[in-house]
Amino acid sequence: MHPRLTDTALLSALRGFLPAESILDDVEDMQPFECDGLSVYRQLPMLVVLPETVEQVQQVMRLCHEHKVPVVARGAGTGLSGGALPLASGVLLSLAKFKRILSIDPHNAQATVQPGVRNLAISEAAAPYGLYYAPDPSSQIACTIGGNVAENSGGVHCLKYGLTVHNVLMVKIVTMDGELLEIGAPTLDAPGYDLLALMCGSEGMLGVIVEVTVKLLAKPERAQVVLAAFNDVAQAGAVVGAIISAGIIPAGLEMMDRLAIQAAEDFAHAGYPRDAEAILLCELDGSNAEVSEYIMAVRKLLTDSGATEVRTAVDEAERQLFWKGRKSAFPAVGRISPDYYCMDGTIPRRQLPHVLQQISDWSKEYGLAVANVFHAGDGNLHPLILFDANQPGQLKLTEEFGQRILRLCVEVGGTITGEHGVGIEKIDQMCVQFQTLELQQFHAIKHAFDPDALLNPGKAVPSLHRCAEFGAMHVHDGQLAHPELERF
Amino acid sequence: MSDLSLDLQQQVLASIHDGEPLYIRGSGSKVFLANHSAATRTLAVSTHRGIIEYDPRELVITARSGTPLTELESALADAGQMLAFEPPHFGAGATLGGTIACGLSGPRRPHSGAARDFVLGCKLLNGRGEILRFGGQVMKNVAGYDVSRLMTGAHGTLGVLLELSLKVLPRPAASVTLSHECSAAEAIAYMSSLLGLPYPVDGVCYDGEHCHVRVSGSAQAVHDARNKIPGEVLPNPERYWEKLREHTLPFFHHHGTLYRVMVKPATPHLPIKGSWLLDWGGAQRWLYSEEDLATIRHQVALAGGHVSVFRGPATARFQPLPTAALNLHRRIKAGFDPHNLFNRGALYAQL
Repeated sequence: MHPRLTDTALLSALRGFLPAESILDDVEDMQPFECDGLSVYRQLPMLVVLPETVEQVQQVMRLCHEHKVPVVARGAGTGLSGGALPLASGVLLSLAKFKRILSIDPHNAQATVQPGVRNLAISEAAAPYGLYYAPDPSSQIACTIGGNVAENSGGVHCLKYGLTVHNVLMVKIVTMDGELLEIGAPTLDAPGYDLLALMCGSEGMLGVIVEVTVKLLAKPERAQVVLAAFNDVAQAGAVVGAIISAGIIPAGLEMMDRLAIQAAEDFAHAGYPRDAEAILLCELDGSNAEVSEYIMAVRKLLTDSGATEVRTAVDEAERQLFWKGRKSAFPAVGRISPDYYCMDGTIPRRQLPHVLQQISDWSKEYGLAVANVFHAGDGNLHPLILFDANQPGQLKLTEEFGQRILRLCVEVGGTITGEHGVGIEKIDQMCVQFQTLELQQFHAIKHAFDPDALLNPGKAVPSLHRCAEFGAMHVHDGQLAHPELERF
Repeated sequence: MSDLSLDLQQQVLASIHDGEPLYIRGSGSKVFLANHSAATRTLAVSTHRGIIEYDPRELVITARSGTPLTELESALADAGQMLAFEPPHFGAGATLGGTIACGLSGPRRPHSGAARDFVLGCKLLNGRGEILRFGGQVMKNVAGYDVSRLMTGAHGTLGVLLELSLKVLPRPAASVTLSHECSAAEAIAYMSSLLGLPYPVDGVCYDGEHCHVRVSGSAQAVHDARNKIPGEVLPNPERYWEKLREHTLPFFHHHGTLYRVMVKPATPHLPIKGSWLLDWGGAQRWLYSEEDLATIRHQVALAGGHVSVFRGPATARFQPLPTAALNLHRRIKAGFDPHNLFNRGALYAQL
């Protein structure tokens, strides 16, 4: 017996065109789909479907459209904002079976793949041609390209190479009413509106991505990384601006503070200086000659800015090790604390010392430690708030702390999410970032694609009523947010 | 240096009230690009101008839409920076807003990115007369739909751009252009091969006789690349690339209709009679041809590409959209401009 009723009419209709193994409605079978990377939110869907062909996706969508059943699309489920959280009354549409690389075209430097292809698998398939796919989110061994498009994923190299939106040429989507649309083109631009920009980061709200064509780049001749240690976090932050002012765009420019350094070092043995207050990892890539020239320049800038230690990776193995420490920072912090809450705000770089100081002050106020990991080059902060969910009240306190950090990011001219997305996690913070009229404009865009609001409802863009209720709890300077709305 | 946002808002509200469609106009330098717009009033935005914020360390500049491109570029040059998409001006008064609304990019586009890639945020006035802000001044921002990039290339049909924040980049320390003589087929093969090589190439063009390759970066990188790329050093390269960007090279002195043909870069030479110039490493091809538009569209479609009528007479300049896509465009347009006020018909007759 199922604990909840499934819509039997829907189920039998699905069985009409999907093989039995492509439909899961047993609680045990559906358990792996109940959350994504943000596992504090869990919900079993009404049922899970795993179509294998575009036609099947279209049929599922037509059927759900007809029965007004909401649909949540899911890739690898590595997202960090709950964007793929199922709905109890909805169908979870998994793209896990869309795993084929359809073509690698070295002559035009592009690849066409199905949405369930892993990010790293594209670069692996392109490697024999000296090409690769640039965006490299930390989860790249597991996350899939469909999800990358839906979230507009970044990575440590996006300062130089951009986000997903800069590296995708075309997607095919199935709309809620089952129509197959090509968005973008295999050429460098497409006729009409730039709907590809809308699709990137749309969090599964506008259409289901069933095919992706990405741009490939020539693998740089050489990549080299410099590690610099500092006694003062603000000093490290200032160097970032100095490097960029010198006309150098590093491929990656990452920063970690003391707690993150120690956790990463204990975990990955990357050779980080444990006593430093901050380290910077600066990667330069390009031609051999160019990298040599920039390494000299960066080393001088770092030394002149008061770095206590400046080390260039001696070989590729050490370069990989330096990065391993950084890329494993999250799991490393996970080892030193029962739980952690990962934030994802972005700020103008010049605000870094101010924001860090404020986070540090709040950390003391709340009695919750914070490990800071940043994509320093593009101002994207990942403060990890350490807490213990088993201690009564700590989760609530942590969330409150987190909300204050995001509010601060908005106040200094930044944003509540740089790369993890809004999903369900930051839905209330959207009310801080945007005014009523802007949210209404977002809803108008959603309406153009999905007038019945059946695709991933309740995510990414809050309803005005939700904002009114959230705003009522946060009266700012005595002003009530969204005064035009009725209160409940 | 004045902020006319509220004045422009009043004009839009008046147009809604009076039911009079508007044509948004900056300097008028790119009027030739769009279809004729059936507007009864003009919304002049060129006096809404001025740089609002620019801190070179942040790699971001924010300015009002009427700001002349020349003013913007000179402020950036003073700090050793640039608009890396190398926008064409097509006129002395070209404005930032018009540049983004038309979404044009210059020779550096395949290597550094298009206009839309550098748009980080905007303030706009929609067809309800509402002033809205999207995106921001930071490079990574995934809060909400990417409306700022949607505005790029929309030819003003979705709203009036009021302010724009753009990512900027350092100017390369050094640059050299190497030119070698070759056939079109050889040029296409060579340009395609460059896509797989890690050279700091930031401009590739075949003018019908010579293949020109621009390499820019650190002094060492440029020196290094000279030994790897065939050809003679082109004198006065800045002038060459500027003339290519502005369509003032002798090739563009042709009379007749100029078509912009977009194909995958390695696409073989197309069997359409006319004069060709291949920019963007073969991905953007300029064609003067006497053939009729339908024939040209058909040939280009067979190669998987699309065509617009860039200069010369035409009633529908842009590549027609499939019905489902056009319907989606109409719904999006209605979502921004429900009274169909802005630049009616400029992009497609149905918008």
